[in-house]
Amino acid sequence: MGNSPYALPAVVIVSLVTVAIGAYGVRLARTTGDFLVASRSVSPRWNAAAIGGEYLSAASFLGVAGLVMKYGVDMLWYPVGFAAGYLALQLFVAAPLRRSGAFTLPDFTEARLGSRALRRLAAAFVVFIGWLYLVPQLQGAGLTLGTVIGAPYWVGAVVVGAVVTVNVASGGMRSITFVQAFQYWLKLTAISFPVAFLLLAWQHDGRPELSPPDRPAFAAQTTVEIDTAVRATVVEPTVVTIAGTLDGVARDGQETLTAGTHEFGAGTRVTLPAGAAVPHVEGPAPPDGLRWLRPGSGDGQHELFGVYSLILATFLGTMGLPHVLVRFYTNPDGRAARRTTLVVLALLGAFYLFPTVYGALGRVYAPELLMTGRTDAVVLVLPGAAIGGVTGQVLAGLVAAGAFAAFLSTSSGLLVSVAGVLSTDVLGRGSMRAVRDFRIAALVAGLVPLFLALQVNGLDVSQVVGLAFAVAASSFCPLLVLGIWWRGLTWAGAAAGLVVGGGSAAAAVLVAVLGPPLEGWAAALVAQPAAWTVPLAFAVMIGVSLATRNRVPADVGRTMLRLHAPDSLLLRGRSPM
Amino acid sequence: MLADGRARRRPVRTPARQELEDETGVGDALVRGLVRTQLALALRLSVIVGLGLGLLPLLFALIPGLAEVRVFGVTLPWLLLGVLAYPFLLAVGWFHVRVAERNERDFAELVERS
Repeated sequence: MGNSPYALPAVVIVSLVTVAIGAYGVRLARTTGDFLVASRSVSPRWNAAAIGGEYLSAASFLGVAGLVMKYGVDMLWYPVGFAAGYLALQLFVAAPLRRSGAFTLPDFTEARLGSRALRRLAAAFVVFIGWLYLVPQLQGAGLTLGTVIGAPYWVGAVVVGAVVTVNVASGGMRSITFVQAFQYWLKLTAISFPVAFLLLAWQHDGRPELSPPDRPAFAAQTTVEIDTAVRATVVEPTVVTIAGTLDGVARDGQETLTAGTHEFGAGTRVTLPAGAAVPHVEGPAPPDGLRWLRPGSGDGQHELFGVYSLILATFLGTMGLPHVLVRFYTNPDGRAARRTTLVVLALLGAFYLFPTVYGALGRVYAPELLMTGRTDAVVLVLPGAAIGGVTGQVLAGLVAAGAFAAFLSTSSGLLVSVAGVLSTDVLGRGSMRAVRDFRIAALVAGLVPLFLALQVNGLDVSQVVGLAFAVAASSFCPLLVLGIWWRGLTWAGAAAGLVVGGGSAAAAVLVAVLGPPLEGWAAALVAQPAAWTVPLAFAVMIGVSLATRNRVPADVGRTMLRLHAPDSLLLRGRSPM
Repeated sequence: MLADGRARRRPVRTPARQELEDETGVGDALVRGLVRTQLALALRLSVIVGLGLGLLPLLFALIPGLAEVRVFGVTLPWLLLGVLAYPFLLAVGWFHVRVAERNERDFAELVERS
């Protein structure tokens, strides 16, 4: 595929700069407070860029374009939802949560509802969501290094895992803030700059149809290398040159692929002639350009259910992502938190205009990804495929650098949150050893998802991230929204809602990732659980709270005052909870 | 700038502030009012976003012709979801900051003056 001599240096430079800025930050970090919330002294502009940088993950940088290329316009709900999630966060959570003065989600939970047991339950969800979100980042790193320099899958995952773990363990959050802000601008540059060249190349080629009425075809003779075994559907008999295994039989030479589904073994090289229709990896992807262009390209009602479930998960899940929330404590006050969120919304909107272009042009210039199923690589491959020459190689280096920035920044943020929770809620042996505990926790928090990432390879990056959103939307979203706006919430209600709602979503994730393939409604309910788990979580939380009305915290009035009173009033007793 | 100046000023001991800090019935009612106003604002804006974006999949499913409409050579679903959704979200967010801050100013004035 698109090997570029500039990709490796670009990736190395991004990693080194990340470590260097991290090391610079170490000298600034003195106490645990510095480590966890950067002393709340980060300026709003840095903070907004840092939030954006932390949020734009492998799913945004690689996954969205890949899904758009494979499945079409319905997948635009992912980026729209990723951005809309920030609006929901701004409307319901940002300012009051900042005023609560709590460091982490478990802190908020305990301060609002006064229960140690509930705190530990919240901590467990932070760790689960954090790890679920970390796995696709490391997976994306493996895919990227595999695509741009041909390294084995595990190399990228281990490199990112190691850089981030060491950086977080040594620098904490202060340094992370600067790293994240730098990486937002790097990612925006890396994804937007090549788009101008891509569109020029497309113009220059006479604007080839993005959605031809029939299947995408190879413009020129193309050799496809299959890394992991894949089943792909051939529409019309095609004479190919093949070296490797086809349907379990070793082949070497000319073969006629009959119409139907064939299995291509790992390591197989297939050369297809110009004009041949692209064999399509087995799965629910729309077969032709016309269906790809239209919404609802799949199977009717499940499709619509899936879209609404995705909307619910992404709109409401953002506020429940641990690495997103912790960032808000670095704002000086509630008003600044709200304004920062608005800036973040603008920064994200600007970024999300671009992945779509890669997804659409990928069908013209890199159709072989539809055959291998590795559409997540389209952003990386496209500059080389569409532009070529030195320009294409330089741009390929740039997108590789951007992709690495995405893995490093999101993983750092997640790791800080997970490690913070592990060190306070699991190790938690008092402030004397807090910094050492945080470092141990960072190591544990980094190693577990690395191990998981090495086990799974081949899931779509954005879909795993979508599942993390579904769990967050079914656990922390109701907890935060009800905790901030409804006096009637009790710890029993919150615990029941977390266990039932969040637990169902988590179970659905485990079945979706580890379980047997399902069909029909069962598959839809498990693949996109948010549409039923979010209402369930809200209903249980409200129902059980009403039933345990006598356990409403006695200080709820004071808490509400602290969460909602304007910062400018400087009320007595506004010290952190 | 204005808010910073106000924040640095020494708090004045007004009766309303006393009510708030002492958590009397009056203070409680004041806070309930503020929470209700801000929640109503957030919910109203959520409904606008929910209708503005949330109805799209249903519309596309019910009126397939919509997906064929082309504006500047781009079909409507791609234009709406790929581009226009972001300025829409930003506009709602901007409006929310404005009104939420005004609500807080009103509340602060009520407390400082009475």
